[in-house]
Amino acid sequence: MISINPLGLLLAEGTESMSATAIIAALYVFALAAFLGYQVISRVPPLLHTPLMSATNAISGISLVGSIVIAGGTGPHHAKTATILGFIAVVCSTSNVVGGFALTDRMLRMFKRKQAPADTAKIASGNGHQKN
Amino acid sequence: MNWQTYFIEFSYLLASILFIFGLKGLSHPETAKRGMHLAEIGMALAIIGTLMHFEIVSYTWIIVGLLLGGLLGAAMGVWVPMTAMPQRTALSHAFGAFAAALVGIAEYYSYTHGFKDIAQLGHVKMGAMGFEIMLGALTTTGSLIAFGKLQGILPGQPLVYRGQNIFNMALLATTVGLFIYLIFVPTAVIPFYIMLALAFVVGVLLVMPIGSADMPVVMSLLNSYAGLASAATGFVLGNNVLIIAGTLDGFSGFILSILMCRAMNRSINNVLFGAFGSAATATAGAGEQGTMREVSLDDAAVQLAYASKVVFVPGYGLATAQAQHAVRELATVLEEKGVTVKYGIHPVAGRMPGHMNVLLAEANVPYSQLYELEQINPELSSTDVSVVIGANDVVNPDARDNPSSPIAGMPIIEVDRSKSVIVLKRGQGKGFSGLENPLFFKPVTGMLYGDAKDTLTKLVGAVQHA
Repeated sequence: MISINPLGLLLAEGTESMSATAIIAALYVFALAAFLGYQVISRVPPLLHTPLMSATNAISGISLVGSIVIAGGTGPHHAKTATILGFIAVVCSTSNVVGGFALTDRMLRMFKRKQAPADTAKIASGNGHQKN
Repeated sequence: MNWQTYFIEFSYLLASILFIFGLKGLSHPETAKRGMHLAEIGMALAIIGTLMHFEIVSYTWIIVGLLLGGLLGAAMGVWVPMTAMPQRTALSHAFGAFAAALVGIAEYYSYTHGFKDIAQLGHVKMGAMGFEIMLGALTTTGSLIAFGKLQGILPGQPLVYRGQNIFNMALLATTVGLFIYLIFVPTAVIPFYIMLALAFVVGVLLVMPIGSADMPVVMSLLNSYAGLASAATGFVLGNNVLIIAGTLDGFSGFILSILMCRAMNRSINNVLFGAFGSAATATAGAGEQGTMREVSLDDAAVQLAYASKVVFVPGYGLATAQAQHAVRELATVLEEKGVTVKYGIHPVAGRMPGHMNVLLAEANVPYSQLYELEQINPELSSTDVSVVIGANDVVNPDARDNPSSPIAGMPIIEVDRSKSVIVLKRGQGKGFSGLENPLFFKPVTGMLYGDAKDTLTKLVGAVQHA
């Protein structure tokens, strides 16, 4: 099962040795992501640094996809130990993904430009009166 | 390639793009929420795509793991209070790094125990794997120690002993040495497990000597390491979305560490190995001063009520006293009296980057009132009253005036330039770094002792009657 496409993008781990083209392609991806990351993240204002940390945390929880493949393999070609380690990794990553995104959303909902709470409170009570 | 493979690769590509859009959204609070939803969609796509992977035979463990992790994450996401954000972030760095390390260990195990062809384990792959495992293990325990310090389980003071740096460096060098050896001899199983164990120990030793006040830098660095460990996982598994997401995370942490260091005018080396705030540096600058002037609650209330501009400068004390809602109440009362209220936020106030902003946002302070260091400083000379709440080093004029001070050159919020300063402080003790703060002895400064939340609540009442 060879899964190196012409671009050298590797997919299935373990089924092939890392070819030179694949390594170079991976390094390209790394370098470009680093450059892009620098550009994008240096524009994030200090105001949002905590949500940024929690968001990047959630995003890097993508290592979940690696854990899933390891946790899901059984049979003679897969080690039971690997399955167990993969399972723990799935738990850790998933909790980062879910918790990270949930917290980021929760934090971002708090950031308001205007003093909305007083206004919404008035509106809410106003609606209440209409119902009555 | 079969259709599943195309589907998976395409879902990863889409996820990568959506992640970048997600982070791009964070450049402004208005676009941030939508950005995060894009990133969430990307994540969901990548996970669904992965479930089609041909190597997956059994879904039992996957589903149990997803459910368990999902519950754990949801619980943290919903119940963690904003004041505990630093702790929970430290914990999530530990989880992320641990997951990366485990994936690496599982891979290595499969190769060395005959489940995968050992001949396929080349030097490059071993390099990426070793890097992933070493960094992952080190970050796991390092983050757990940071968590312990932030949660108060471990003492916040730096833990130092003679020859500590040399010992730590030697241990780190041994770990890296074993890692390099493994690149050349990937089948050396025993050195591998020694490296793994040492990396766990090194993580503990590296964070132990760092004081709580330096946590913003440590958090950012651990963030960076956790991200890079994920990126290395991407190299091991030949998975581009992992490389991209891990790199973004790694660079985000890296940029934040640089910003935090700059905000303290210190190098990363100094933060990591300087054991700042330990007894050695605490004596510097002591002995001068004079007397502190205490101000009564009513005097403070009158000053505030008749001011035209008030600037609040919060520090970690705001978080420990959970006083964010009380500040906001006071601000509201003042605004009703026609006072202009602003908040000056130092980049390293609190225990993680942006800590104060999140706390104040939680208390419904509009972000248009939150000013960065560079924005607030020019305004302070026209400020009638600056109120310092649980902050110390970030307003210490010694950083500006005294070249021999340990914090010399650190940019500060220059509250001493305002017409009057009220410092809310728990007691007469020194700040966390153990430095004397000349601000407290200046004629413009009045000290208001007591629990910050309590004092602020009383001030609300007093201002209303003033």
